[in-house]
Amino acid sequence: MTERDNILGRIREALQTKAPLPGSHQNSGATPAAANFAGGTPALLSAREWLPAVGETSAAQFGLFAKNCADLKTDFQLLASRDELPAALLQIRDAEKWQRLASHDGELSRIACRSLGLPTLLTDQGYDVQALEKCDAGITECDLLIAQTGGVVVTSRSTGGRALSILPPHHVVIARREQLVPDLPAAFAWLQQKYAPDFPSMISFITGPSRTGDIERILVLGAHGPKKLTILCI
Amino acid sequence: MVARASRPCVSTPWIFLTTEAHGGGRLCHYPALEFLNVLSRQFMVKTPMRTFVSEFKVRATATAGDLPQRQFIRTALRGYEVARDRRKGAFQSWESARQAAAETKWAAINHLDEHLVSLTAKLEARGTQVHWASTAAQAREIILQILRDTNARSIIKSKAMTSEEIHLNDALEHAGFTVVESDLGEFIVQLRHETPYHIVFPSMHLRRGEIRELFERELGNAPSDNPEDLTMVARRVMRQKFLQADVGFTGANFAIAETGMISITENEGNSRLTSALPKTMITLLGIEKILPRFADLALFLPMLATAGAGQPMTGYNTMYSGPRQPGEADGPEAWHVVLLDNRRTELLADPEQRDALHCIRCGACLNVCPIFRNVGGHTYGTTYSGPVGSVITPHLRGLQDWKHLSNASSLCGACTEACPVKIDLHHHLLQNRRNAATGQPAVLERLAYKIFGLVANEPKFWRLAKKMGWLSQPLHGAVRGSALDPAKSWTKTRDLPPMPRESFKDWWRNRK
Repeated sequence: MTERDNILGRIREALQTKAPLPGSHQNSGATPAAANFAGGTPALLSAREWLPAVGETSAAQFGLFAKNCADLKTDFQLLASRDELPAALLQIRDAEKWQRLASHDGELSRIACRSLGLPTLLTDQGYDVQALEKCDAGITECDLLIAQTGGVVVTSRSTGGRALSILPPHHVVIARREQLVPDLPAAFAWLQQKYAPDFPSMISFITGPSRTGDIERILVLGAHGPKKLTILCI
Repeated sequence: MVARASRPCVSTPWIFLTTEAHGGGRLCHYPALEFLNVLSRQFMVKTPMRTFVSEFKVRATATAGDLPQRQFIRTALRGYEVARDRRKGAFQSWESARQAAAETKWAAINHLDEHLVSLTAKLEARGTQVHWASTAAQAREIILQILRDTNARSIIKSKAMTSEEIHLNDALEHAGFTVVESDLGEFIVQLRHETPYHIVFPSMHLRRGEIRELFERELGNAPSDNPEDLTMVARRVMRQKFLQADVGFTGANFAIAETGMISITENEGNSRLTSALPKTMITLLGIEKILPRFADLALFLPMLATAGAGQPMTGYNTMYSGPRQPGEADGPEAWHVVLLDNRRTELLADPEQRDALHCIRCGACLNVCPIFRNVGGHTYGTTYSGPVGSVITPHLRGLQDWKHLSNASSLCGACTEACPVKIDLHHHLLQNRRNAATGQPAVLERLAYKIFGLVANEPKFWRLAKKMGWLSQPLHGAVRGSALDPAKSWTKTRDLPPMPRESFKDWWRNRK
């Protein structure tokens, strides 16, 4: 008998006795949902009815995304067209005196890197970690923007690996307007549709720059990951 | 349910005598013998042997007496409450979300075997090595073996309560490995050689001045006591550790059966670095972390953030489904997932309390608990503190040793109300008391209640008792507060108002 068999054996033995259904204890305040519960998992898309509201129109959702970004201290710029991208990037480059960049291969990231004209480390084919650590910014594309949370989704396959979006002190995301989804259920459904069953080994929902409140619950940005997060949306 | 763990000393705690719930167990057939037995146990309490309950009482008294510290904790938790309520308010229906979360976890835990089989098969199919550990000792041995096999020297850790549970850091250091906690709060308590104060906010008991002194002493660098400066000191120290570490170690918040993934929630990005840079990654996962479907995260991630820290969403929520895959730029070459039972199956075997395994370790019940707020996290002496810790610790470490935690509760129900997955916490606290009393009846207490019942049911006796109480009041004055005072546990911190000569009943009868 392996430990696997032992543990699964103990679990199966324990589950011989049925547990009371959720909400059946007198204190937990059963809701109408409990009456219909038969022991299965609840329908997924209902989550949309309970989570924070996102608005109906695309304009409302962009408005919500921008508001969430402001709360999170993410710098979000909605650009009128692709042509405005170089100017927006150059402005950040000059303000922060970037010397070195890291990025990955992609249609938008290529445009971004070309317009900045700085030595650029591409991570796609493997890279030196010490060199990445010395870069002033990591520029990536993304899979999704989420209006409900002000978050951005990156993966180890589509955005240059695991470290590019977390190691440099400034993470710049170049996104397309059509990548905005209204809410979290839509984001998970999209990821499942796009990747299942062969998911990238890492999928990360990034919501704001790196932060900590571990000293007296006072918010400090840049605990371990990027101090700054910029999202440029074309 | 009777505990199996060995106990350092047998004792029946006096202080909780009058709050002990009555179990349904039968009285001993030889009351006189049982009485002597109980008496002898009472005397053992007087010996200097330390027990978990006596340590709890000593620490609780000390912390509860430290008013500035209590104020400090209360202020922090009040800030949390304001933020949490604002975020809860943003939900269209927090209550329906709670109910759905409770039902989802119910389905996960009550089909745990199927879900674990699916999870591990999917993980293994993508090159992850899965290990199973029934006990803490087995988990430590598995992890040490992985470290030896990879010739590792240094380990960088991101926050994992499971590793606290199996005392991993001690074992690793004892075996000659260098371990660094990378979560800022965990790093601070590690430098202080302390355990985390709170399962989500490990260093919330410390003031910035204390942290500055600590950094100055241990790191030789602390420019000021400004939280931003201190955080940047830690960031710089940690960067080098990340770049040099051979192995990255993480815990897990959720494990997705459907897709074979581990989901990790964090704000700092340290877990992202831990799983990106070192060549080997190890994840220690309690078997109860299961969620059936990938899309369940759409509900659980914002609920964890809201209940845990009053955030709409935690900074980084990351799902891992394997080590570095072909065509990917980086990531660990090997990923080991260690599944930990450590008596969770024993809790599973108790259908009444099985829902305690629904816990997602958000810490909401700790934050609202009046006992936690006053006695603090270290008083519990357990890995998991607060109401949920008091519910599960007796299962994980022995009922008779840890039953006092269930008595250290006002049963106010704030915890049950705060729980995002609707665990009926205060119901379980009461149930632990009942189980403890059934397993080891408190005979003196039963006798006391029996006598009280007899007296209270017979008007003649009741009148006599009242009279005697009134008459003996002057005598009580002589012993008040001393060791001879029978009401000492009351009078040492509270007034005992004098009994009036005429009771309300008498006054009612005699009024004209």
